[in-house]
Amino acid sequence: MLAPRVILLLEDIVGSENVTSESTDMLCYSYDATQQTFLPDAVIFPENAQQVGLVMKMANVENIPVFPRGAGSGFSGGSLPTKGGIVLVTSRMDRIIEIDEDNLVATVEPGVVTEQFQQAVEKVGLFYPPDPASLKFSTLGGNAAECAGGPRCVKYGVTKDYILGLEVVTPQGDVIRTGGATMKGVVGYDLTKLMVGCEGTLGIITQLIIKLLPLPEAKKTMLIMFDSIDGAAQAVSAIIRGKIIPTTLEFMDAATLDCLRQSTDLDLPVEAQAVLIVEVDGDKDMIEKQATRILEIVQPLGVVNTRIATSAAESEEIWKVRRSVSASLRNVNPDKFNEDICVPRSRVPEMIRKVNAIAEKYEIPIVNFGHAGDGNIHVNIMIDSKVAGQSEKAERAIEEVFAGALELGGTMSGEHGVGNTKAPYIPMELDPAAVAYMKTIKQALDPKNVLNPGKILLEEMPIVAAQVG
Amino acid sequence: MSNHKKLEDFRQDIDKCVKCGACQAQCAVYKTIKRESTVARGKVAIAEALLDKDLPLNDRFVLDMSQCLLCGSCYDKCPNLVPTDQIVMAARREISERKGLTTFGKALTAVIKRPKLMDTLVKSSSKFGGLLFKKIPDRSGLRLRFPVPYIAQERSLPEFTATPFRERYPDPIAGDSDKPLISFFTGCMINFTYPEVGEALIKVLRFMGYPIVVPQSQGCCGLPALAAGDGATVDQLADANVVAFANVPEVIMTTCASCFAGVGKHYRQMGGDYEQMGDKVVDALKYLVDNGLLEKLAQLPASDIKKRVTYHDPCHLRTQGITAEPRAILKALPNVEFVEMEGADKCCGLGGTFSVYHYDTSRKIGSRKADGIEASHAEIVASACPGCMMQLQDSINHANLPQQVTHVLQLVVDCLPE
Repeated sequence: MLAPRVILLLEDIVGSENVTSESTDMLCYSYDATQQTFLPDAVIFPENAQQVGLVMKMANVENIPVFPRGAGSGFSGGSLPTKGGIVLVTSRMDRIIEIDEDNLVATVEPGVVTEQFQQAVEKVGLFYPPDPASLKFSTLGGNAAECAGGPRCVKYGVTKDYILGLEVVTPQGDVIRTGGATMKGVVGYDLTKLMVGCEGTLGIITQLIIKLLPLPEAKKTMLIMFDSIDGAAQAVSAIIRGKIIPTTLEFMDAATLDCLRQSTDLDLPVEAQAVLIVEVDGDKDMIEKQATRILEIVQPLGVVNTRIATSAAESEEIWKVRRSVSASLRNVNPDKFNEDICVPRSRVPEMIRKVNAIAEKYEIPIVNFGHAGDGNIHVNIMIDSKVAGQSEKAERAIEEVFAGALELGGTMSGEHGVGNTKAPYIPMELDPAAVAYMKTIKQALDPKNVLNPGKILLEEMPIVAAQVG
Repeated sequence: MSNHKKLEDFRQDIDKCVKCGACQAQCAVYKTIKRESTVARGKVAIAEALLDKDLPLNDRFVLDMSQCLLCGSCYDKCPNLVPTDQIVMAARREISERKGLTTFGKALTAVIKRPKLMDTLVKSSSKFGGLLFKKIPDRSGLRLRFPVPYIAQERSLPEFTATPFRERYPDPIAGDSDKPLISFFTGCMINFTYPEVGEALIKVLRFMGYPIVVPQSQGCCGLPALAAGDGATVDQLADANVVAFANVPEVIMTTCASCFAGVGKHYRQMGGDYEQMGDKVVDALKYLVDNGLLEKLAQLPASDIKKRVTYHDPCHLRTQGITAEPRAILKALPNVEFVEMEGADKCCGLGGTFSVYHYDTSRKIGSRKADGIEASHAEIVASACPGCMMQLQDSINHANLPQQVTHVLQLVVDCLPE
């Protein structure tokens, strides 16, 4: 419960219609896509950086935690009000301020929905590549805070590769600008890169300057079925070794295909034990050549069937296979833990073998699919949490999956972030000095720990470095 | 015994919601208001909290459950197929039952009181105070859709007809002996306000050689009552319709998308005789395309003068997979140049009673449609639902645009030989 005085202060800052502490609203801003719930004490909808700055100043004085939130679609709990306090929603800051066709940059507010932005720039022949699965509803602010990825990142890189500059409200309420609209810039620390992916723990993004590309002329989509996951994985390496970087290189393993066969009428012959969806884009002539070359490269690796889209509708049919995966998983078990480990591309087959061994050991189904082209595997541990013991098994399995990824030189999260869900596992991946370095930054910028506390770094993690020397 | 599920019966469906947030991309109300309580996952959370007694059934709950167009778009694109539209309707029934009111609308009226956005109509000067409105039966969905005096004054409304459509066709119309008899379920809006749509269907069916009957004792499909949480009235209306269409051999045709959902989809969910009736229900445009209309249109003489026409998808057709057929008909018309508009598949914002109680939100949703219509440079907007037609014309008029809204079938009739 916040003191009535605090609610009044919030109303003064953002307007009374943009503050709520009604129980219905507390419920509605208690969750995200992780399905955890934490009730906040108030939810506010500011409309500019000045308001956000005043809120942070007040939060420091009153010692109230503030949790920035975009569309609440995160998979790691980054926006959850884990300690009560204030949820700060960016939905009213939703303007595309400028699309600068001369300089191929755009300036936007954080609440703009990613797909709407993509459509707006594509209208003038420009291109914003990052395409997280949630792009139809997630926001650019959220994408930047989590450094979202997506299928196209194989060729085009992730969100951080497109953020040139930011307007950020610091944890103590100052409004600062980082980077800018230039393609180069080396003055001072690269705070833009620090902010992108900080999950809203070091600042609240209130404006973004985004780099754009020319929109590719055409694209070509292929669905290639293999008789084994090894064949598919070797194909990924072979394509990359063949000096071709496709736009997307998505894979689905045998367990995923089984789910699809059970719950859809998609044509997936039983010989297919793994599937790659490969898309290339660029000039029309170039993509034809690339597509032909890719098919030549993969042919000896156990290809059982190939489909090549010759129209937008056929391309859509191929992507429907990939998009049907998520819903079909429910047929396996009602609850899923969706982890997004990332390993060096060449280690994908080894990682899949490790995951399959873990599934066997704990006798729980694990379904793998994802972005093979950059080694980012979505490991879906399927359980029924109502069955006694399954949640515990899933937790042990997750830990082993993380350990497996780290053994292969990978990371426990490629694009979902740490939030509160992976925070306890941080010491598995980062050495104590690195954790201490991060904690030192956080403590210096947010001494009262009021901005998104309990995310990425846990309070009990020591600042070892401070004690050295 | 009610034929309708209780909110409690939706427990399993509620559990299926994983709060992924995909519904945010679909919900026209959410996109306008941008509050989590308006989007499907929020409503599902609120409904669950009511069942768990974590939230009381208070004014806020009534208001939250009113913020839904029942368009079904969220269900259509939900990865786990959570039927939020049905959950909201069950919640509305729960509200009217627990409050001891006949309709959810009455509960909502008590909450909204008399908001400034709804101006009182002067009865004597209004379409609704006149003799024509008095002819409309008490249980017609039109009474729920236009609850005098909660109609905003600035809304463009169709005229009420002096001779309701069904009265014009008391007797069966003969057709080719090899064609099945078509029983026309008119719905209230075609009967009272858009009889020209019904006339168009009769002309097209005669052109195709179908024998036709317009059962005289049919009434409202019950969709507005369903939306209003008035389960008892839905049952009574459905009973009357089952009797009216009892001797129908096979085809019951609608040309109102909402009625298609009402007597089709919802009757099928009610089981028994209702389900048997629902199984016979077809949408006119889909049925005609499946049975050779395009081929017949291809034989019509070419036309030099073409009208630029765009199409709006009624939610109640789109969410039942009927999107290609209306477009195929328009493209086959010799005097039509078909153009797609941006956001053709987005809800018009009427949502039955939604637009009555939330007219300003409804208008904002409608104004986005008007943007798409303007950018398409179409002269005519075709659709397949009288409700959408009314709302689209209202949105167009508010945007000071010149377009006329019409039913696809009316454009077909324009091409037919005299």
